[in-house]
Amino acid sequence: MVHFLTATSTALIASAASDDGSFHPPGLEEFFPPGIFFLDTPFEMNRIVLVRLLAVAVLLLLFYLGLRRARRVPGRSQALAEMAVEFVKTNFADDVLGEKVGRRYMPLLTGTFFGILAMNLTGIVPLLNIASTSIFIMPLVFALAVYVAFIYAGIKQHGGFSFFRNQLFLPGVPWPMHIILAPVELINVFLVRPLSLSLRLMLNMLVGHLLMVLCFSATNYFFVTGEDLGVLSIFGVVTLGAGVVMTLFEFVVAILQAYVFTLLTAVYIQQSVSEEH
Amino acid sequence: MTTAIHASGESEVPQGIEIFFPAVYDIVWSIVPFLVIMFFFWKFVIPRVNKILDDRATVIEGGIAKAEDAQKEAAAALEQYNIQLTEGRAEAARIREQARAEGAQILADLKEQAAAEAARLTANAHLQIEAERQAALVSLRAEIGTLAIDLASGVIGENLTDDAKSAAMVDRFLADLEASDTTPAPENAGR
Repeated sequence: MVHFLTATSTALIASAASDDGSFHPPGLEEFFPPGIFFLDTPFEMNRIVLVRLLAVAVLLLLFYLGLRRARRVPGRSQALAEMAVEFVKTNFADDVLGEKVGRRYMPLLTGTFFGILAMNLTGIVPLLNIASTSIFIMPLVFALAVYVAFIYAGIKQHGGFSFFRNQLFLPGVPWPMHIILAPVELINVFLVRPLSLSLRLMLNMLVGHLLMVLCFSATNYFFVTGEDLGVLSIFGVVTLGAGVVMTLFEFVVAILQAYVFTLLTAVYIQQSVSEEH
Repeated sequence: MTTAIHASGESEVPQGIEIFFPAVYDIVWSIVPFLVIMFFFWKFVIPRVNKILDDRATVIEGGIAKAEDAQKEAAAALEQYNIQLTEGRAEAARIREQARAEGAQILADLKEQAAAEAARLTANAHLQIEAERQAALVSLRAEIGTLAIDLASGVIGENLTDDAKSAAMVDRFLADLEASDTTPAPENAGR
C-alpha cells in the first residue's frame, strides 16, 4: 500500500503545482478540518471527531440492540451479534491464542476488531466520507493498547525477567549473535510493532481516502467545473468508474485492515505467552 | 502544496512528519472512543455472549444428561423385567414340577387305596364264603343225622328215633363221617 502513498503524493504535488484555480486535487487538509465545537479547548471537536463518535455510537447501538435481550434461542439480530463475536473468537482467540488464553483477551480482540472496523467503514459512508482511523493518533491508541496487552500477557505468563529474556534472546542462536540480535529484537518487539500496527492502518485509510477523493474530484472537474474541455470531458466516465471501484476496494480494505490489526494483536499476545517463538 | 489548500480558521494543516503529531484534542477524542468501545465490549458484549453460550451449553448438557438418565432407567427397567421374567419362568417350572409330583403322588395314593379296597373286598368275600360254608356245614351236620336215621328207618323199617343206641350210632356215624370228611378236606380247601 505504501507505493500508493508515494504515487499519490507525487501526483498531488505535481497537480498542485500545475493547477491553480480550475482543479483542486485533494490534500492532507482533508484530514485536519477546522474545529466545530469547544474551540481551543482540549475537547475541541472537528468533523472527523464527530464522525468517529458517530461510528462508535452506531457500533455500540448495534451490539446493544443485538444483545439487549439475550435469549437462549436467538432472534435475528441476536444471532447476527453472536455471529460477529463468534467470528472474532474463532479467527483470533481460538485459532491463534487457543481457547484458554483466548477467552481472557476476547474483550480486547472484539473491541479492537469492531472498533477499527466501524471507524474504517466511515470512509465509504456517504456524507461522512472519512475513515476516522486515518488520523494517526487513533490507530496509535489501539496499537498502544495492544502493546500494553502483549507485554502484560508475557509478564503475567513468565514473570518480568523471563519474558524479556524470551523476547530478546532467541533460542538456538550462538551466544555472540545475541550482541547483534538482542538490540534488533528490542527494536522490533518494543518499537516497530506498535508503530507498524498504527502506521499500516493509518496509511491504508489515508491513501484510500485520497484516491477516492482524487477520482471523484477529477470527475467533478471533468463534468462540472472544467472549462473548455470539449470532448475530454469523456474522461470523467473513467474517473467516475475508478471512483466506484475505489469505493468498493476501500470497503474490502476497511475489513481487511481491521482483520490484520486484530490478527497481529492476537499473534503478538501469543508470542508473548508462548514458551519459545 | 499550501497554494491548493484553503486553510480555514485556526486549523493549521500539518506538513510532512507533523501529520504524526496529534493535537491535544485529537488525543482526547481518540482515547475516549477507545475506552468507551473497550469498556462496552469488556462489560457488556463479551459477558452477554458468554452467558448465552454457557446457558446454551448447560441446556444441551442437561438434555444429554437427561437422555443418559432415561437410558439408564430404561436399562434398569429392562434388567428388572428380565429378572422377573426369569423368576417367573423358574416359578412356573417349579409349580409344574410340583404339580406333576403331586399328581403322581395322588395317582399312587389312589392306586394304593384301590388296591387296599380290592384286598378288603376280596377278604370280605372270602370270609363270607367261609362263613356260609361253615353255616352250610353246620346245618348239614345238624340235618344229616336226622336224614340218615330217617333213611335208615325207612330201610330197616324200625323206629330208631328215641333210642339211646340209635343216638350213639348216629354219633359214631358222624364221627366216621367227620373222619372221612377231614381226609379230603385239603382238596376242598384248594377248590
